[in-house]
Amino acid sequence: MIAALVAGCAGTSERDPRDPFEALNRRIYRFNDVVDENVAKPVATGYKHVVPGEMRDRVRNFFGNIGDVFIGVNNFLQGKVGDGASDWARVLWNTSFGLLGIHDVASQMGFEKHDEDFGQTFGWWGASSGPYVVLPLLGSSTVRDGIGKGVDLYTDPLTEVRPYHVQYAIIGLRLTQTRADLLDASRILEEAALDKYVFQRDAYLQRRRSLIYDGSPPRERLEDSEDGKTR
Amino acid sequence: MARLARTLLLLLAAVCGAPAAAQPTPPDVLVKNVTLEVVDLIAKDKEIKAGNRAKLIDLIEAKVLPHFNFGSMTALAMGQGWNKANLEQKKRLTDEFKTLLVRTYASALAAYSEQKFDFRPLRAKPSDTDVTVQVRVLQPGAQPVPIDYSMEKTAAGWKVYDVMVGGVSLVANYRTEFNNAVRESGIDGLIQNLSKKNRSLEAGSTPAKK
Repeated sequence: MIAALVAGCAGTSERDPRDPFEALNRRIYRFNDVVDENVAKPVATGYKHVVPGEMRDRVRNFFGNIGDVFIGVNNFLQGKVGDGASDWARVLWNTSFGLLGIHDVASQMGFEKHDEDFGQTFGWWGASSGPYVVLPLLGSSTVRDGIGKGVDLYTDPLTEVRPYHVQYAIIGLRLTQTRADLLDASRILEEAALDKYVFQRDAYLQRRRSLIYDGSPPRERLEDSEDGKTR
Repeated sequence: MARLARTLLLLLAAVCGAPAAAQPTPPDVLVKNVTLEVVDLIAKDKEIKAGNRAKLIDLIEAKVLPHFNFGSMTALAMGQGWNKANLEQKKRLTDEFKTLLVRTYASALAAYSEQKFDFRPLRAKPSDTDVTVQVRVLQPGAQPVPIDYSMEKTAAGWKVYDVMVGGVSLVANYRTEFNNAVRESGIDGLIQNLSKKNRSLEAGSTPAKK
């Protein structure tokens, strides 16, 4: 009787407190996966096959340069004035001597590229991540990062480009480049994970936490096994 | 074979390093040497570059494996579940997890072996027995990817017990998966899960595919 009750509960799979919408999230995840398998991945694979690596570096640099403008803004918003100034110096050097950003001359000059966005800024200000959510097409996120993503898209300079068909073509190229850069990582994920959904979720949450602390988050103790022998 | 080589190396170290009572290689030096050696071997090997996964895995088993402590890694990834496992189960878990990690590591190396590495100076006191060795993979037009090796000092030298890539701890990432599997189908279920995963990867990678 009790066993039956326990089994009944186990069937719905115990909820992870970070992921209260797991059932819905998994459905959106499966949908995204279908779109990825049938559209994004084949396009990105073809792109990587046809376009030489050096050319792809230039495309990545070009979009990276545009991205640096608001990476700088976010660093200023987080009070990291030095980093923000460095980001804007990158834009200056790369846009001029880097020929509209296709060469990343600033990195060679010692201005390192950063990774910032509005979700991280909200996190830096103290907003907790809220529940994990999977956004249609956009993938892994949290409530906080989803709102951040909205602001990122709203402030994205590429949305100013007119006429629209040019804008769509440019954004399409950026998406293709981004997906192509993730081909290896997604294959590794595929190989490494027992349950892809869980593996990707946990990696996303760890990664965002690390980014908010710029790579050195306060160490989370992996609690020792009780016999205390191993660690 | 690998063990023989290691024994010889240890002997050599013991003979040469007599005054320091066989001080083990410092962890940062170890990471740098092993990384550069493996990347160099991959670059020179046409078969591996052409996608011969089995050969790459052999290389990793010979060069990299001796520096990992898979017992610690498995115990950490299992968390509470580790204590519920008997000796036989612990051994099988460790073996299966090792196989999976080697395969994953091989894929990652194959993907990133042509990038430049930046080996960060070690920030630790000489007396520390648990350190983090930081390496960064530099890639054009993108933020460098940090790879942090958590290492512990053992009688047999420094051993890696966790790898963090871009802030994601491999061990921590497996913990939820392992816990879920144990909750749903017990420790033997997890072992079966892992071995099924390993066998399917083995089956999928034998034909020469890019």
